[in-house]
Amino acid sequence: MMQLTNRKRVVVKKEMSLAEKLYLPAITDGMVITLKHLFKKPTTVKYPEVKRELSATFRGQHVLKRDEQGAERCTACGLCAVACPAEAITMEAAERKKGEEHLYREEKYATIYEINMLRCIFCGLCEEACPKEAIFLTDRIVPVDVNRKDMVYGKDKLVEDIQNRVDVSKRQTAAVLEFKKDKKHFHNQTWDDIQKQIKPKKHH
Amino acid sequence: MAKVTIDDITIEVPDGTTILQAARMIDEKYGTHTAPPTMCYYSKLKTTGGYCRTCIVSVTQGSEKDPRPMPKPVASCRTNVMDGMVVKNNTSPELLEARAGVVEFLLINHPLDCPVCDQAGECHLQDLSYENGDEGSRFQFPKRVYEPIDIGDKVKLNMNRCIMCYRCVKVCDQITDNRVHGMLYRGADSEISTYIEKAIDNDFSGNVIDVCPVGALTDRTFRFKSRVWFTKPVDAHRNCETEGCTGKVRLWFKGDDVLRVTSRKDQWGEAESFICNTCRFEKKNANDWVMEGPSKISHHSVINQNHYELQQIKLGIKRQIKHLTGVKIDLGEGALNPNNIQK
Repeated sequence: MMQLTNRKRVVVKKEMSLAEKLYLPAITDGMVITLKHLFKKPTTVKYPEVKRELSATFRGQHVLKRDEQGAERCTACGLCAVACPAEAITMEAAERKKGEEHLYREEKYATIYEINMLRCIFCGLCEEACPKEAIFLTDRIVPVDVNRKDMVYGKDKLVEDIQNRVDVSKRQTAAVLEFKKDKKHFHNQTWDDIQKQIKPKKHH
Repeated sequence: MAKVTIDDITIEVPDGTTILQAARMIDEKYGTHTAPPTMCYYSKLKTTGGYCRTCIVSVTQGSEKDPRPMPKPVASCRTNVMDGMVVKNNTSPELLEARAGVVEFLLINHPLDCPVCDQAGECHLQDLSYENGDEGSRFQFPKRVYEPIDIGDKVKLNMNRCIMCYRCVKVCDQITDNRVHGMLYRGADSEISTYIEKAIDNDFSGNVIDVCPVGALTDRTFRFKSRVWFTKPVDAHRNCETEGCTGKVRLWFKGDDVLRVTSRKDQWGEAESFICNTCRFEKKNANDWVMEGPSKISHHSVINQNHYELQQIKLGIKRQIKHLTGVKIDLGEGALNPNNIQK
């Protein structure tokens, strides 16, 4: 058979000599290795006092973003749920009522939005599928829990706090940020912008 | 009889057949994809077609006797075949470019609010722009915007999404007793409307929802209930007493709840038969219906996304039977229907 590497060694089981049977040289060899490691820089850090630097695109706990006015961006379009390979996302939608414009950006919004964090594999496909720039994975690590029920995160845990915004700007390229601002695209217009464009009805 | 060649496939069709019908005949016979997409033509309604221009084809040879090509792409739904005609659809790159232009025009005033729209997932305009359109639009001006209105308590009209295909107007003209809505104004200002927002009120008015190729006319009883691809379509029927209603429908289940009742759609996205408003809006209980089995939906459709239950069940049953009896069985359509299993 053709060998891919020449690292193969044939094991020979031969009788050990008396010096070898005492294991003293082997023990000293081991001790030397241990001593060497005492003076080396440790490879681990003391979490949680010390935290490692995470990549700008680290995929941790999700956040449902609000827009500049504080209205929820999510419109319950279901694209994240259909993109999710682990089927971790479920949602239910409702129609926005008059007077709720400051709460929800679009005509339709998610009344229930749940991510099962036990199912989630943090692949980031939901983030990629989202047409409304609503869901992002952040650098926050999902805390462990002892109860399965509590690992299903609802809107209370996912939607960002107006006072305490989650910064996701690091995850977005300049091109994406520019695209988000362009009012030419319908999805960047708020309902108020659209209302202004409505022509007065003609009467004959 | 006339011999016509479409995309290098020849078929003999009766005189008076349109190019579109001939192309559909080819597809039904050989399982090919020569038929051009349609947005306004509807084989179940008379005098439809000729508005949207998505079904354009290029005729490279007019007929046997007059082999000159037609100078411009023609609307295949309104052009009859001639003996010896040669037509190019998907094989002509110039034509596909022209169709991409048509799609761009159809999308000029379209709000692209698919994330909000209930039609998303079974929208013909989505399919059309995905399959035939270009990425992006060159349109720079503000889009035409209207406030969505309720036409009766069952139908919602969102004019922003309308592409002026006239299908709903033809339905009210031909299927229902009296026409109550039509096109108002002209040119870029034209809009589908009822006079003085009069409610459409007769037994078959709900069919305007089914024939609408976009999300302009949607079911208010299903409004924002669920996305289409989270529901499971099941074919069912009941003995409907309304005259003209076949009672053959498609139920859209979420869990045990029927969220929506629609007519069954054929290969071309057209309703197989029209159903009455009682079947569509009143009978939302699974007990009202006799189930026939899961609907067959093209596996290209997003509706089939994440639905592997049936295949898994079929595979399991096949393996069990093979294991117990050593017989290989074929589980075709309707094989899992309890009525058939009892037999």
